[in-house]
Amino acid sequence: MKEELIVSGRMNDLVDPNLHIWHWPIPLYLFLGGMAAGILCLAALYYMQGKEDKYRTAVRITPFLAPLLLVLGLLALFIDLRHKLYFWQLYTNIKFQSPMSWGAWTLMVITPVSFIWCALNIKELFPKWDWKFRWLKFLDEFFTKYKKALAWVMLIFGIILGIYTGILLSAFNARPLWNTSILGPLFLASGISAGAAATLILSKNSEERTHFARIDLVFLGVELFLIIHMFMGFLASTQVQIDAARMFLGGEFTTSFWIFVVFMGMIIPALLEIMELRKYHIPAVIPALLVIFGSLMLRFIIVHAGQASRWLY
Amino acid sequence: MAVNTRKCVGCSDCVVACQTENSVPIGFCRDWIVEVNNGTYPQITTEIRSERCNHCDNAPCVRCCPTGASHIIAGGIVLVKKTECIGCGACIASCPYDARYPHPSGYVDKCTFCEHRIKNGMLPACVEVCPTKCLYFGDLDDPNSDASVVLKKNRYKTLIPEAGTVPQLYFIY
Repeated sequence: MKEELIVSGRMNDLVDPNLHIWHWPIPLYLFLGGMAAGILCLAALYYMQGKEDKYRTAVRITPFLAPLLLVLGLLALFIDLRHKLYFWQLYTNIKFQSPMSWGAWTLMVITPVSFIWCALNIKELFPKWDWKFRWLKFLDEFFTKYKKALAWVMLIFGIILGIYTGILLSAFNARPLWNTSILGPLFLASGISAGAAATLILSKNSEERTHFARIDLVFLGVELFLIIHMFMGFLASTQVQIDAARMFLGGEFTTSFWIFVVFMGMIIPALLEIMELRKYHIPAVIPALLVIFGSLMLRFIIVHAGQASRWLY
Repeated sequence: MAVNTRKCVGCSDCVVACQTENSVPIGFCRDWIVEVNNGTYPQITTEIRSERCNHCDNAPCVRCCPTGASHIIAGGIVLVKKTECIGCGACIASCPYDARYPHPSGYVDKCTFCEHRIKNGMLPACVEVCPTKCLYFGDLDDPNSDASVVLKKNRYKTLIPEAGTVPQLYFIY
């Protein structure tokens, strides 16, 4: 029997909540950033394939959500900083080994790009829109000319943003639950499925809805596969990672994870979408909202549980 | 730094000295005492450790810092520049020893080995006050420093070396 006693004011999350350093803003941001990444990737991809009329909502309408999500996400990040007035230090340094530095610079690129993309499509929402100033019209023409390059930037930085939300966590070997490279692709897949779900809600075209229901289905499958893989990896790893996996396999996060993330966020919407593809009538908004909810819960539970997992000594 | 767990009685003098010397805000600490009891009665052993930042050679807190506020100075001490720290908390999440805390002023704070004292030829506050003289401080590259000398003569370990951080706090047991 080994008993560890903390005599003086040692701070860990068991004794003192201070070391549970990341609260709601971080998982909220990871969700918003991931979903924006998914939306922008899908928009860029279908634009480059020349399907902007076939999937008009995904290319032209849903991206209007992206700047909103990114700005809210940045706000959440800012709220999380404790030394707020020094935030500009992020942009006077480039640290290649720090995922957070990568993320800050990625956001610096993709946020303006998402605004430009919306500006180019603004006539979709306001057909009588007029830029009024000559230089704005000039910019509009300039970016319209290079729209394909813009789409490439959007796709590449969208993928980096989606993966980075996971890599941010997996770079910490001090928290065994996070210390798996699967979190990168998992969060990317979850972001893309949430992005596809957003189009599913907004689209009025049944052909487009069917297509995005299929995309959602594929990425839900990928996510489930990655989650199973993640736990297989943990269980075959060291004691600390086995302990981390056990938090989800009988431990304190079992119920919330399997019910909210896997069952409600993946299995039920997948079944509903399969039924819809088989021509049962199901309002598309139900599986879509469930997917978005599952994607949000995934971030909250992983961020929360990660900080409860630790090395033993 | 070396800590002799066979001499340490866990009086927490080092903790109080540090809090006084460095004006550590109430409720926080840069060093702390851990008591580990192993076995069941009557076969039982106790180890008392005075713990603090391990000033790792491969410090994850320095690696993950997005602004470079966390850095390693010549001699190997890991420090935080207050005016570069944005308080994002990445270093706190990255430390397997949980050695850092968010200072109420916003920046992240941690053990500095009392860098302001040692550069004036003094010992860190915790080492200075230790009543059982179980803390040994010195440059490990210098074979004649207090820490090097005591480590040469004793059996020692580091904490969770398998975390891969190459910790520089040595525990004699």
